Amino acid sequence: MADFDAIVIGGGLVGTAVAYGIARLGKRPVLLDEGDIAHRASRGNFGLVWVQSKGFGVPEYQRWTRRSSDTWTEFSQELLEETGIGTGHERPGGVTICLSEEELDKRRRLMEQLHIEAGETNFDYEILTHAELKKMLPAIGPDVVGASYTRYDGHANPLYTMRALHAALLKHGGTYVPNARVESIQAAPNHFVINAGGRSFAAPRLVLGAGLGNKALGEMVGLNVPVRPVRGQIIVTERLQPVLPMPTLMMRQTVEGTIMIGESREESGFDDTTSPEIIHTLAQRAVKSFPFLRNVRIVRTWGALRVMAPDGLPIYEQSSEFPGAFVCTCHSGVTLAASHARYYAQYVMDGALPAELARFSTKRFDVQAAA
Amino acid sequence: MFKLLPDSPSERITVHVDGQAVSVPPGFTAAAAMLLHGTGSTRTTPVTGEPRAPYCMMGVCFECLLQIDGEPNQQGCLVTVAEGMRIERQLGKRKVDE
Amino acid sequence: MSAEQEPTFDLAIVGAGPAGMAAAAMAAELKLSTVVLDEQPEPGGQIYRGIERMAASRPRHLEVLGPDYAAGLELTRAFRASAIEYRNGTQVWQAEPAGRIFFRRNGAAGIVRAKKILIAPGAMERPLPVPGWTLPGVLTCGAGQTVLKAHGLAPKGRFVLAGCGPLLLLLAAQLTRCGIKPAAILQTTFNRWAAAPHLPSFLGTPGYLIKGLGLLRELKAAGIPLYANVSQIAIQGETQARAVEFVCNGTTRTIEADTVFLHQGVIPNGNLAWSMNLDHRWDDVQRCYHPKLDAWGRSSNAAVLVAGDAGGIVGAKGAELMGHIAAAAAAVDLGRLGAEQASERTRDARRALNKQRAARPFLDHLYRPEQRWIAPPDADTIVCRCEEVRAGEIRKLVSEQNCPGPNQLKSFVRCGMGPCQGRLCGLTAIELIAETRGVPVSEVGYYRIRPPIKPVTIGDLATLDVPERNDAVHM
Repeated sequence: MADFDAIVIGGGLVGTAVAYGIARLGKRPVLLDEGDIAHRASRGNFGLVWVQSKGFGVPEYQRWTRRSSDTWTEFSQELLEETGIGTGHERPGGVTICLSEEELDKRRRLMEQLHIEAGETNFDYEILTHAELKKMLPAIGPDVVGASYTRYDGHANPLYTMRALHAALLKHGGTYVPNARVESIQAAPNHFVINAGGRSFAAPRLVLGAGLGNKALGEMVGLNVPVRPVRGQIIVTERLQPVLPMPTLMMRQTVEGTIMIGESREESGFDDTTSPEIIHTLAQRAVKSFPFLRNVRIVRTWGALRVMAPDGLPIYEQSSEFPGAFVCTCHSGVTLAASHARYYAQYVMDGALPAELARFSTKRFDVQAAA
Repeated sequence: MFKLLPDSPSERITVHVDGQAVSVPPGFTAAAAMLLHGTGSTRTTPVTGEPRAPYCMMGVCFECLLQIDGEPNQQGCLVTVAEGMRIERQLGKRKVDE
Repeated sequence: MSAEQEPTFDLAIVGAGPAGMAAAAMAAELKLSTVVLDEQPEPGGQIYRGIERMAASRPRHLEVLGPDYAAGLELTRAFRASAIEYRNGTQVWQAEPAGRIFFRRNGAAGIVRAKKILIAPGAMERPLPVPGWTLPGVLTCGAGQTVLKAHGLAPKGRFVLAGCGPLLLLLAAQLTRCGIKPAAILQTTFNRWAAAPHLPSFLGTPGYLIKGLGLLRELKAAGIPLYANVSQIAIQGETQARAVEFVCNGTTRTIEADTVFLHQGVIPNGNLAWSMNLDHRWDDVQRCYHPKLDAWGRSSNAAVLVAGDAGGIVGAKGAELMGHIAAAAAAVDLGRLGAEQASERTRDARRALNKQRAARPFLDHLYRPEQRWIAPPDADTIVCRCEEVRAGEIRKLVSEQNCPGPNQLKSFVRCGMGPCQGRLCGLTAIELIAETRGVPVSEVGYYRIRPPIKPVTIGDLATLDVPERNDAVHM
């Protein structure tokens, strides 16, 4: 049996960020991962570090997102220094493009709501007309009515971020074990023994960072994690010379020059394939936003399963039955990576979650069930 | 790099390789026209700018990407030449017309 | 024509090589409404590439290429005479087992519907990743043969052929017959001992051995330098191939060459089958994946059949027989032919196919690629040509970061993420991972291949005739 300070289950962006964060504190985590073809939401992540759509009606979520976004630059810089791997993070601001007056009005109301709910955090935004937006993104088409803009938005390469997190985890003395699907958990307060991939691992802390797998894992340690898959489909183009100086909610140009087009949401169970109907609709909207895309070739499309709670918020909780067991789950693994590495890892090792995260407790599901 | 075998039919059409008018037999592909009339590389990669040229000639390797009649990143080995076709090397990442 | 107005065919065949053409002819005989979609301007696939035009305008070249190639004419004629719909110049970029096939033709996207899909995308050459293999002037032997067949092109200046497999000697002989002599032929090792037990069944297949020995004799008689047991092949040059360096009998040699043709056998052209999520199995002798098929070519998906080299390398004659048999199976599955009638009608074909297959183990063992040629030992050798990922980088990710398989590898360094969609690096990547991890390749898996498997533009997709899903895509 191998002894560690913490066992983190799930080698995607969430699990790896927390494991890296724990290693960064000088502790010894082990990160248990499935094989090469796990349902890896991280591989389908769009790569936005996004603030302007997060937390309508839930100021705690807006603040938590904003805190991560504000930490990202430093987080990325440190990863680069430690591993030599750039995450491709940039924070040039971002826009949500609207294709009708109706969309723009709705957008305006939402942004005003975020502004009000931000309170002391202060949330600045602008609603741009077509002409104003054209100065920032000259490639927009005539069908674009306007956009909302905030300077807090940015993007990063999710895959390079994953690779950097993995490398940094190892560099700080963490252990990564792939092909280690969890077979059993023996839980006692602050003492967990896990059998995975034919080996045993023990630690006083356990973090469930296994995305959709957290539902079943949670039941083993007294945590109610009612997550379900919500499929997103993404299109990636061939490499182009720089043409999009800032990301939009559904489109961003990567460091390599490819353009990613995404942001669909559908219930599809565990089917992570793509469907021509969704890809068609995404393409239609993309061409309306940026007509130059018409002749641009697609290199790939893919579908990935978001990890969604009933209310769409992250789930952060410590088991009351088995203290020392934590769950960390969300559908914004890139945006929240900095917070997971810097803050959540610390809370886990401290053995308590702060009041700031109370809104994300699993207790909210008990209330909903009772209501 | 390549030459026509003896006993090839004499019929020819004119295409433009990097702006130079050249003649090729009808039924040629754009990539074959480059092998007959181009020299060395037919593209540079969008990654590091390495020179490349046709490799598989059957549509699987994407090494023969060319700009054909102004349209970038076309698989040259799958495009049959037409009279007056403009075939140019594909240099790095394609440009977009905004 | 709108997709809604298009008829639903009984059978859609993807590929018009020997398997696709034979399947189409059989399907027409069985009165199945059939559509054939093929990428090339003319039927024939790669093996009979350009055969119709050559027969019409360059009969002299037909002689040079030999009787095996000319044999394709008969099949092509039968295909042309069949009552099927043939769409040339058509790239299939997605095929749903449920029956929709998405294609691009003449710069526009379209959809055809069919009750059964028979895929016959053929073979491609196994990459031979050696230092310098991405230099201009380095092509595959298949490419050399394609330009010879389709365009009457031959290399100008000095050229060398290197690797192993029947095509290496065949191309050398065909060019020599045209008076265009290679500067040298470099053959990597044969696995004579591994192949020997399979010799008797090989000898039972008429023609094979005689042809192989004949080529060798022909080349020797022409005075072509032949080097055997060659190792450490490296192509030199800055912006263009200039020479090939190699080791033979302990001596390092360099031969100047402007053109180098590489070859180490053929493998199934697999992206279409992978993209349809068909079950695959690893073949440890051919060192590649095959879709799992029954004796009739039925895949793990009831609506999809596979014929020809895409289902496991069988050669042109075998592919033709498989196409014939699979079309009969499709008719049975459509309820248009009784199972017994199908057995009856395909009896000769199945017997002949077994005979063709009996020759494969000898060839497969003889030309089974050695580890050093599929998992390049030199760290600087490019594995993924599109994204320029090198062997050393892959080994390092596996050994230092415990990268478990090709999909994680793809995520980490973009290996397999370029325009060729992993076609040229897939097998090398999994061999390198398996070797470094010390596990069998079958445990490593393969890239997850997703549509579109051929280039399609955003505009094509935006104008595609399918229902919109604005409920799932909104701001």
